[in-house]
Amino acid sequence: MVRDDAGRVAPAPALVLLLACGLAVSVVSMASGAYPLAMADILNGALGRLDDDVARMVLYDVRLPRLLLGFLVGAVLAVSGALLQGLFRNPLADPGLIGVSAGASLAAIAVIVLGTGWLEGWVELSGPWALPLAAFMGGTGTVFLAWRIARRAGETSVATLLLAGIAINAVAGAGTGLLTFYASDEELRSLTFWSMGSLGHAAWEDLAMAAPWLLLTLVLAPLLARPMDAFLLGEQVVGHLGYNTDWTKRAAIVVAGLGVGAAVAVSGLIGFVGLVVPHLVRTLLGAGHRIVLPASALAGGALLVGADCLARVVVAPAELPIGLMMALIGGPFFLLLLLKVRVG
Amino acid sequence: MLVQVRNLEVELGGQPVLREVGFGLSEGELLAVLGPNGAGKSTVVRALAGDLKSAAGVMEFAGRPLHSWSSRELARHRGVMPQRVDISFPLTAEDVICLGRPPEPRSRSRDIVRELMTLLDISHLCNRLMPHLSGGEQQRVQLARVLAQVWDSAGPVLLLLDECTSALDPAHQQQVFSLLKQLTRLRGFGVMAVVHDLNLAARFADRLLLLHQGQCHSAGTPSQVLTESALQQVYGLRARILMLEEGYPLVIPTGDWQPTGYTEPGNPICRQAS
Repeated sequence: MVRDDAGRVAPAPALVLLLACGLAVSVVSMASGAYPLAMADILNGALGRLDDDVARMVLYDVRLPRLLLGFLVGAVLAVSGALLQGLFRNPLADPGLIGVSAGASLAAIAVIVLGTGWLEGWVELSGPWALPLAAFMGGTGTVFLAWRIARRAGETSVATLLLAGIAINAVAGAGTGLLTFYASDEELRSLTFWSMGSLGHAAWEDLAMAAPWLLLTLVLAPLLARPMDAFLLGEQVVGHLGYNTDWTKRAAIVVAGLGVGAAVAVSGLIGFVGLVVPHLVRTLLGAGHRIVLPASALAGGALLVGADCLARVVVAPAELPIGLMMALIGGPFFLLLLLKVRVG
Repeated sequence: MLVQVRNLEVELGGQPVLREVGFGLSEGELLAVLGPNGAGKSTVVRALAGDLKSAAGVMEFAGRPLHSWSSRELARHRGVMPQRVDISFPLTAEDVICLGRPPEPRSRSRDIVRELMTLLDISHLCNRLMPHLSGGEQQRVQLARVLAQVWDSAGPVLLLLDECTSALDPAHQQQVFSLLKQLTRLRGFGVMAVVHDLNLAARFADRLLLLHQGQCHSAGTPSQVLTESALQQVYGLRARILMLEEGYPLVIPTGDWQPTGYTEPGNPICRQAS
């Protein structure tokens, strides 16, 4: 492995390596699952020479959208995590901290439980989009609320934002608990499935709905790289270096909020990607956002696709919820992180 | 005049922290800001650094009101070193210094970064991670970052340094202030440095600004400001002052600490100090 003087992997080879990893994981993921497909089928499929109709259907309409969605969601969760950790200047921050996941799940669970009652009008109005749309609005709405609370006299206080996020998390969590309490058995089942995260429903329509927001996050985040670097030295230093501190904060919150909102809307709650991936990337490649953001995107995408692949394989033909899979990988890692003595 | 401050008033949390502070700083001048804890030294620096929205009064930089400068313009002419910068991410010393540079080819920043590292005796820390460095090492890296920001600036340069040598050993303190003094002489930088070490200030500063309870107590050359009565009034410190043949005073504390009562700033040179 190419390493520079600081013992870190040089950026260019690292990105190439991550990309190669992502591609490899993607190919394996395309090949594995309940319906057997060989590498040759995938190659033929890619070249448009696949004759088997069922295989083509599985490949194009089931696995490909799922793969793309998984990659995008993983990339966005990791990039949003990296942005928020920079913003809070805390390597343990997570997209969940500003309330986005809690808000999204409250809205989604409300649609599941109250969809035949109070929220019937909403379900009729939005049809199949009822749940993801509600989750998206719930997620971004909560971020906006937390941000409004943290804004005073034209300035956004990062500490207040964090506290507001925690309070909102608690309230949304109580709401979710209440709804769970009143849910019927059947509702409870789909609710549980959603709150453990899943890419199982991924179809082209879901991808078409979420992709613009997810891609927007991935395109906008790198534009914030320089001011986010300055943020690592503290909020005041951002201003001293000539960047607009408040604009940067707002942009980071909006970009992360939109991305995570969209991700949660289509895939449910998937934890730890946003925490684990940026942390690993920083340890290996350094903390500069110009490398952390693209590397996190690639690594996050590859990790989620890999976890999804595992989730489909371990108990085939059934599949584990991917959020559960990630928590199984992420939980122990988080503990390791806490036990590690050295900073960073 | 590089910096002109008149009637600067700052309130923090409803408490007046600075009252009627006024002073000037010329190009090529090293001004040391002195005063006991809580006298308002950092607040003056932060007001000039643009960190305090509540600062009222006149603050001019290079003849223009400070607020009429865009933050991007200011970043090229004004470097600020806060009292503390905590870094919890694995940035190397070189990364941190590079942050002071505007977007430019890496080779260009590299030359400037190398030069500054040599000047501040931190070349050996180049690839070390900031959280692993000692307080004094981190301070020198931060100073290098601040200098990197204005190093190739065309036009006036102001450095605002809040206790930039507080964690340094005596030899490095001397080294840093010699460098700052050289920069004022050779490149016309205006330097405003908050200092606690009276003798360091006396040796290197062209002028001193002594703050007391949010007001200007006195301002002038080291031998004008560092008098036995001033130290007694402001710090409650009994000290002997020796005038060295090198031309600056040496402060030798003698007695025990005594509480100070509030004293009206009596020195008229301060009020219209320019």
